[in-house]
Amino acid sequence: MNPYSISQEKLPELCRQVRRDIVRMVHAVNSGHPGGSLGCAEFFTALYGSIMKHDPSSFNMDGIGEDIFILSNGHISPVWYSILARTGYFPVSELATFRKLDSRLQGHPATAEHLEGVRVASGSLGQGLSVALGAALAKKLNGDDRRVFTLHGDGELQEGQIWEAALAAPNLKADNLICTVDWNGRQIDGDTEKVMPLGDLKAKFEAFGWLVFVIEKGNDLAEVTAGLQRAVEASGKGRPVMNLMRTEMGAGVDFMMGTHKWHGVAPNDEQLQSALAQLQETSFGDY
Amino acid sequence: MTRYESKGNKDTRSGFGDGLTELGRTNKDVVALCADLTGSLKMDTFAKENPDRFFQVGIAEANMMGMAAGLTIGGKIPFTGTFANFSTGRVYDQVRQSIAYSGKNVKIAASHAGLTLGEDGATHQILEDIGLMKMLPGMTVICPADYTQTKQATIASAAWEGPVYLRFGRPAWPVFIPEDMPFEIGKAQLLSEGKDVSIIACGHMVWLALQACETLEKEGISAEVINLHTIKPLDAEALLKSIRKTGCVVTAEEHNIWGGLGETVSGLLARELPVPQEFVAVNDTFGESGTPMQLLEKYGLSTESIVSAARKAIERKG
Repeated sequence: MNPYSISQEKLPELCRQVRRDIVRMVHAVNSGHPGGSLGCAEFFTALYGSIMKHDPSSFNMDGIGEDIFILSNGHISPVWYSILARTGYFPVSELATFRKLDSRLQGHPATAEHLEGVRVASGSLGQGLSVALGAALAKKLNGDDRRVFTLHGDGELQEGQIWEAALAAPNLKADNLICTVDWNGRQIDGDTEKVMPLGDLKAKFEAFGWLVFVIEKGNDLAEVTAGLQRAVEASGKGRPVMNLMRTEMGAGVDFMMGTHKWHGVAPNDEQLQSALAQLQETSFGDY
Repeated sequence: MTRYESKGNKDTRSGFGDGLTELGRTNKDVVALCADLTGSLKMDTFAKENPDRFFQVGIAEANMMGMAAGLTIGGKIPFTGTFANFSTGRVYDQVRQSIAYSGKNVKIAASHAGLTLGEDGATHQILEDIGLMKMLPGMTVICPADYTQTKQATIASAAWEGPVYLRFGRPAWPVFIPEDMPFEIGKAQLLSEGKDVSIIACGHMVWLALQACETLEKEGISAEVINLHTIKPLDAEALLKSIRKTGCVVTAEEHNIWGGLGETVSGLLARELPVPQEFVAVNDTFGESGTPMQLLEKYGLSTESIVSAARKAIERKG
């Protein structure tokens, strides 16, 4: 599917390497957001490894003729930076600069440092859906038949701007827009159901005019890949597509799962070793 | 002094509308978005002539700003249209992160700025927008003087690389800028030469500054009038050249005294050339309902205010 990337057989191993990168990156600077990043490792591996048509070797802002991706919940930058580096957007060695002074790998993604693969800053939540909608409309104006993908946190859906964009996208017939919600049920202050319940998300987006799919096993690479492929096939038919993807925050590292506490906390030395012991080394090698 | 004749009254927002119409015909990359104020922003003709390049987004300004940022990905030049209040304060974080910090080539067209919005009152009369926008790194801030110049500025904004805040107003206002007067973003215009005081103004206040200049001339005071249509980037060279000659300054703006054109000039003076400065601006208060002329009078933004500020500035030179 993607002529530029890694062979499909190696993607499960790549996904594990992404997880190793995430825990090592946040440990190195004792800051960052491992929980949501780990939970989305399969999504990014599938998207960049199988689903999107993209050319990491010649990144340009306009992305004409390519599928493009907008990350709305910018705090899960570690997983994005890892997959961007591992698929060839920038040197893998640069992952070592994450969150350090003079780095292009800012705490939250930014365009000011011209990091290949990033097309808009994100971090202040709720803005990415609007940006992606604009980018999708630009593709239509340009006669470009490729698509725009996004990822959002479920807690992020509490932002009002999301619903402004959710209303606009079907009305503006942005059927080249494929969004995914990282539906892990957790946010900084606790379970989303306790902080501010989202209710019936599927019914909500359907009522707004979206074509909605649920990916039940968001940490199963084959299922995520199939889910995204299903979304691609459903696109181009008059309605934007929404994937509600159930994931486990902290997936792959046992002590980070089942809690919201690893949203924005880095592992200490001992915890890092424990995490890496659960994520077997790969042929890609650590940065 | 150089005299300028009013060719009649016309609103600056129509200058934006006509500029946008022209851009629609000449530049296929220009697109426009509007948050349910198409008539107020005079965007109807563009919308009618370019239905595929015009996006009605409804009453959802935050989404509009984000969409505009996204439209630049793919090479479009988006103009957003709503009132100044809803173009700035309401959507500050969207403008900050998705547009300014992301370096997006979005043109924020902001109408009904200042007190002269009139009867709708303080909820809609933003007097803080120049300050809000000029504080964003990389943001260009333009406040043209009349219909003709607003049209010129609209067209120039499309060719200018990077985010632009284009501020204009609602009321019919004297049209006096000669059509052949060149407009360049970032280049202040010396409208009338003088030697006793430099009057630096933007927007609707430029016409009043010229009226003040005439009154002062009758008193034997020679005032220099500068149209500082671009507040950022600041044309320091042109301002300093004038102030070196006159030795004192009056700034005039339809904005709060804090954060606007006056303080921008103060900063320059403090760094380069400390001289007396008097401020004609709204004195740190919100506006209220009234006609535009009543409001300008009540809040001290009149020709008379500029005249007395000029006398005071000259007096302070000692």
